[in-house]
Amino acid sequence: MSAWQLYALSGLAWFGVGMWGLFAHAHWVRKILAVNVAGSGLFLVLAALARRATTPAPDPVPHALVLTGIVVGISATALALSVARRLAEVEATARLDEDATHEPAAPPAGADARAGGDAAPPPAGGGAPP
Amino acid sequence: MSAGLAIDAALALVLPVLAWAVVATPDLRKAIVLFMALGLVAALAWARLAAPDIALVEAAIGTGVTGALLMSCVPWAESLTPASRRARADLALAGALAVVACLGWAIRALPEAGPGLTPAVLGALEVSGVEHPVTAVLLNYRSYDTLLEIVVLVAAAIGIDAVLPDDDARRRLAPPARSLVGVLSHLLVPGAVLVAGFLVWKGAHAPGGAFQAGAVLAAGGILLLFARRLRPVPFAARALRGALLAGPLLFLGVAVAPLVRGGRLLELPVAWAGVLILAIETVLVVTIAIVLLMFFPARVLASSRAPAATVEDPP
Repeated sequence: MSAWQLYALSGLAWFGVGMWGLFAHAHWVRKILAVNVAGSGLFLVLAALARRATTPAPDPVPHALVLTGIVVGISATALALSVARRLAEVEATARLDEDATHEPAAPPAGADARAGGDAAPPPAGGGAPP
Repeated sequence: MSAGLAIDAALALVLPVLAWAVVATPDLRKAIVLFMALGLVAALAWARLAAPDIALVEAAIGTGVTGALLMSCVPWAESLTPASRRARADLALAGALAVVACLGWAIRALPEAGPGLTPAVLGALEVSGVEHPVTAVLLNYRSYDTLLEIVVLVAAAIGIDAVLPDDDARRRLAPPARSLVGVLSHLLVPGAVLVAGFLVWKGAHAPGGAFQAGAVLAAGGILLLFARRLRPVPFAARALRGALLAGPLLFLGVAVAPLVRGGRLLELPVAWAGVLILAIETVLVVTIAIVLLMFFPARVLASSRAPAATVEDPP
């Protein structure tokens, strides 16, 4: 097995681990972290493929593609993190509102359904621990 | 050769295991530290694959800036309750295996060895204006990649500003006062500026270039931001918008100019290619550094009334 095949296999496994993390985690930030892991694994695959070239220096085109990918990757990561933060804030606010409305009276389940019209839509079972 | 192969084998084994540790560690803080460790070990792999450009950018942006960005999210992310719908572990495994199988099949379908695009790249290097093949690909042969990439960066910065919360919430996102010792920034920031200048100059004939330089410059800025030495500017400031747009606009100008003379889009005149590439790269360094800085919400401290921002001297 040549060196590039070794690194391509390694990158493939690395990418697979990242994809598994993306699918298996429910936490947004963990998902974003997993996407970054998968992306780096894919970069290793591309850099390994660049080494297939029979010329002494590796193929520069995949290298340039990886450089572009890294920068696009951090742009997407930063945007995704700020959207996740905003969502977390909105959800926290909604939960606080809910607590403020429901805590003093501790209404029965039926009251929830009736109050559902005017309150913010509850985050589909978000409060219920698994 | 056998020693080299042993290193290759060890790296090839360690990298996926470290990646697994990042994904599987329950503690978010530990996972992020492991992610940065993964990036640094990977730098060895880039070196073994003769990819110094990737090593520089991946270490500076992919590991350094991304790691700092993730770390700055820990305070709110740790209190975040996961979505109610729990992912099924077996489905996740099946999905990951399916994607990996597709990619593996695609790699197997590639020809075993060949000259690739190297002869074409080296053959035109004389008229590209630079001597480093990767810079020639990025700023001349495939410069539309780089042009669109800058647009993606600026679009991300605009998007991030759009979802930023109101002023009160912004203040809560600011790093705690004296989170970094100011002396450290005094020592490191001049070095960062120097290294950035060196990298962009060096990019014409050796590994280096606008992205490496921009990342190093941004790292200095992030340090100043966290040490509260830098008073960030609000997005509405004209100077910030001007600096942000300078890179893309200059690049677009250079891209469109040949059309007027009857040339093709992004066609660089041979005599001017070197100067134009250096000019584009230098302006891009500023744009890239500003955008990377804007990825950190602490910068919004700048806006109007931010009394805490002046607290920087130790008692």
